[in-house]
Amino acid sequence: MAGDSGDGMQLAGSRFTDATAVFGNDLATLPDFPAEIRAPAGTVAGVSAFQIHFASRDILTPGDTPDVLVAMNPAALKANLPLMQRGATILVNEDAFSVRAVQKAGYAENPLEDGTLAGFTVKRVPMSSLTTRAVEGIEGATSRDAQKAKNLFALGVLSWLYDRPVDVTERWIRGKFKGPVCEANLAAFRAGWSFGETSELIDVQVKVDRNVDVAPGTYRNVNGTEATALGLIAASVKSGLPLVFGAYPITPASDLLHALARRHDMGARTIQAEDEIAAASMALGAAFGGALGVTCTSGPGLDLKTETIGLAVALELPMVIIDVQRAGPSTGMPTKTEQSDLLQALYGRHGESPLPVVAAQSPGQCFEAVFEAAQLAIKYRTPVILLSDLFVANSSEPWRIPDAASLPPIDPRLRTTTTGPFLPYSRDDNLARPWAIPGTPGLQHRIGGLEKADRTGAISYDGPNHARMTQLRAEKVDGIPVPDLEIHGEPDADLLVLGWGSSYGTIRAGARRVREGGGRVATAHLRHLRPMPANTGALLRKFERVLVPEMNSGQLAHELRARYLVDVISYSKVQGQPLLPSEMEQQIWRHLS
Amino acid sequence: MAAPELTKADFQSDQETRWCPGCGDYAVLAAVQAFFPELGIPPERIVFVSGIGCAGRFAYYMDTYGMHGIHGRGPALATGLAAARDDLSIWVVTGDGDALSIGGNHLIHALRRNVPIKILLFNNQIYGLTKGQASPTSELGKVTKSTPFGSIDGPFNPVSLALGAEATFVARTIDTDKQHLPMVLRAAAAHEGAALVEIYQNCPVFNDGAFDALRDKKRGAENRIYLEHGEPIRGVVRDAEGALRIGGEGEPVIHDAHREDPSYAFALSRLSSSPDGPTPIGIFRDVRRPVSGRDLARQLAAARAAADDASLDALMRAGDTWTIS
Repeated sequence: MAGDSGDGMQLAGSRFTDATAVFGNDLATLPDFPAEIRAPAGTVAGVSAFQIHFASRDILTPGDTPDVLVAMNPAALKANLPLMQRGATILVNEDAFSVRAVQKAGYAENPLEDGTLAGFTVKRVPMSSLTTRAVEGIEGATSRDAQKAKNLFALGVLSWLYDRPVDVTERWIRGKFKGPVCEANLAAFRAGWSFGETSELIDVQVKVDRNVDVAPGTYRNVNGTEATALGLIAASVKSGLPLVFGAYPITPASDLLHALARRHDMGARTIQAEDEIAAASMALGAAFGGALGVTCTSGPGLDLKTETIGLAVALELPMVIIDVQRAGPSTGMPTKTEQSDLLQALYGRHGESPLPVVAAQSPGQCFEAVFEAAQLAIKYRTPVILLSDLFVANSSEPWRIPDAASLPPIDPRLRTTTTGPFLPYSRDDNLARPWAIPGTPGLQHRIGGLEKADRTGAISYDGPNHARMTQLRAEKVDGIPVPDLEIHGEPDADLLVLGWGSSYGTIRAGARRVREGGGRVATAHLRHLRPMPANTGALLRKFERVLVPEMNSGQLAHELRARYLVDVISYSKVQGQPLLPSEMEQQIWRHLS
Repeated sequence: MAAPELTKADFQSDQETRWCPGCGDYAVLAAVQAFFPELGIPPERIVFVSGIGCAGRFAYYMDTYGMHGIHGRGPALATGLAAARDDLSIWVVTGDGDALSIGGNHLIHALRRNVPIKILLFNNQIYGLTKGQASPTSELGKVTKSTPFGSIDGPFNPVSLALGAEATFVARTIDTDKQHLPMVLRAAAAHEGAALVEIYQNCPVFNDGAFDALRDKKRGAENRIYLEHGEPIRGVVRDAEGALRIGGEGEPVIHDAHREDPSYAFALSRLSSSPDGPTPIGIFRDVRRPVSGRDLARQLAAARAAADDASLDALMRAGDTWTIS
């Protein structure tokens, strides 16, 4: 579904997604929108699109070549036509193909007329005028309301085409809008549905059965941001610690601030800080007071937080830093995805400052990933970076909702007493230091960024002590037990495809296609980047070839080569778009032969 | 059983103080340690947060909870702490470089938000710990290692800056004034929201004598213009146009620290542009405004106490769900 950035395509897409989820298909989505709120209308730069892939079997990715394109204007057609394969169906809003609009999109001639779309099944629907006609009779509805409702007309057509349940969408419209605007949107949606049903232009209705091959449970559709927000609330409830979330507005991380800001009912405190530095510092200050301190950012925001993260390493206090990666350097492409902060997460602080790094691999798995990040932070008294990215944050999939009771409790083990003098830098079996919070009588102590003497925490400039503290901080992080890498597919294949983060589904999908074509390939996915699973080195050596696909210039490959002295094959993509199953398939075949 | 009376010794940590001999920080530390018992707050409920610079070491010397943070970020760290805990007495110790240069943004926003923290700004008009560079309060033309031909940048007036940032409590005092300093601390502690206390502090190594016009017994008596609420301000008059002036003809000014309109306090802050002549000392402004997050903290604490598996289940299952059996 593609249109102008003001056309409401993200809304239409997410409504179609919800209806699809409730119907019981498996699905994956990919929103793609410009950084500008309202880029010049009608231009290719201003096109906002929403892609959904759904099926009666399990879905791993939003797909690469759509079967249907809804183009609300010529620019939307132009921007998305390269994705389409011959034979695909293209539904266009015919009313939007005026001479001027065609030129604005950069077409010399009207693409509906000049043969551009030969080989495609084109359905020309006058969506603007049909919507206007549907809304006309509604008292109080303006022509502007009608203009704005054409996305719901398009949604109606699509909903009929794929036989989606209408009640889910109508309920949403009624909850979201009021008065004439609500009536106008309902009318547009129904008109679209009826058009699909009655017009001979759309001659087939596609039935996609429910996906029955799924684990029993209660499901909902979530994007990565929603799952992350729920995971943080869950960690707060299971640890009994107040959640204090500091953030500064930045795309695409801001959505997490918005999601948590609504959660006063669960005791969550969000602070919109004056800058990225303050957002991190507020989280750390809150952690000193016994809170679950969390901060979230994207792009250059992580650079700014670096100083505070270094302090958190020295203070050995729990803190979670969520980095929703986007294309860089600098401002880069704020609404395009990338996995290029890996080395920064691992090493991007001055001095020796190790910390655990966890990566989220799918929208629903963000819940688990952030919950684990909080567990590690609290157990080991350390800042933890969670690497998410724009793709995983904005994409959605069905998520099996866990039972709260099945989530493990997180014991913060706050120190409340001492026998003898309190030693703030003494350590337990995990090398974690005691967390004694203000208000605890007798345990007053001072911590800070200056190097501390082992055990006592007093300021120390002693060389051997610094060496020992450096070693202890690293041993603590590297001693964290993380689950072994699991091999999926043929364990005795010649090729292992090893990925991390949001490419999980794509790598699986590419490998599945290869297997369907008779190829033998194994895949594995890293969720822990520091420490890495203990069997990582052995697996790298076990396979003849290891292919490492990443949305960066080979950062994991670099790390694996340095750490394990195995010359992995790097496949890198930095186009601001996720890896595609088709290119994965191609790459796997290339390295199989 | 009544809690045993606290003494100065209860606030002295076991850390050896390591400022230069003769540093004004010693005087401030002694005054703070001597003052704190009268607050009646047990040491474990007090937190000192500091940034970087000579003043930053302050946190190590108080036997309270303490966090020596990073350069300029003290107010941000303290804001987070205050958001997590409304049962603590939180003090930030900072210097002119820390608060006004690298941490300027955090300072103004903590004041704007009216976070319940007390900020002690040790102003010595120089960078001490980095060995003598010009600071944002160094006077124009100041010759330092980093400005060998004299500073070409004019200074901030910290009191004016704080007032411009909507601060609800702004005061100025002097490191060695054993009566005035505790009086200002007392008022800052009693203030509900953010308090900024500028303390003129002598650096004997890199900027010795910067405040002699006020610290010297004889010259100080002439130059200190004490601000006391409800009392006439000695030597300050309101002229025919209504402007505040030092000396001359006009109506004597009775100090009103509780005036809502900050322009009056701002006018007082502009009576001197540097501490080498007649300078106002005391509480410029002390007004009430909603304290950042105070009601919210209680509301959230109650919500969190009530949050359990059942409410988490309800939250996770909100909206459209479907069940596969």
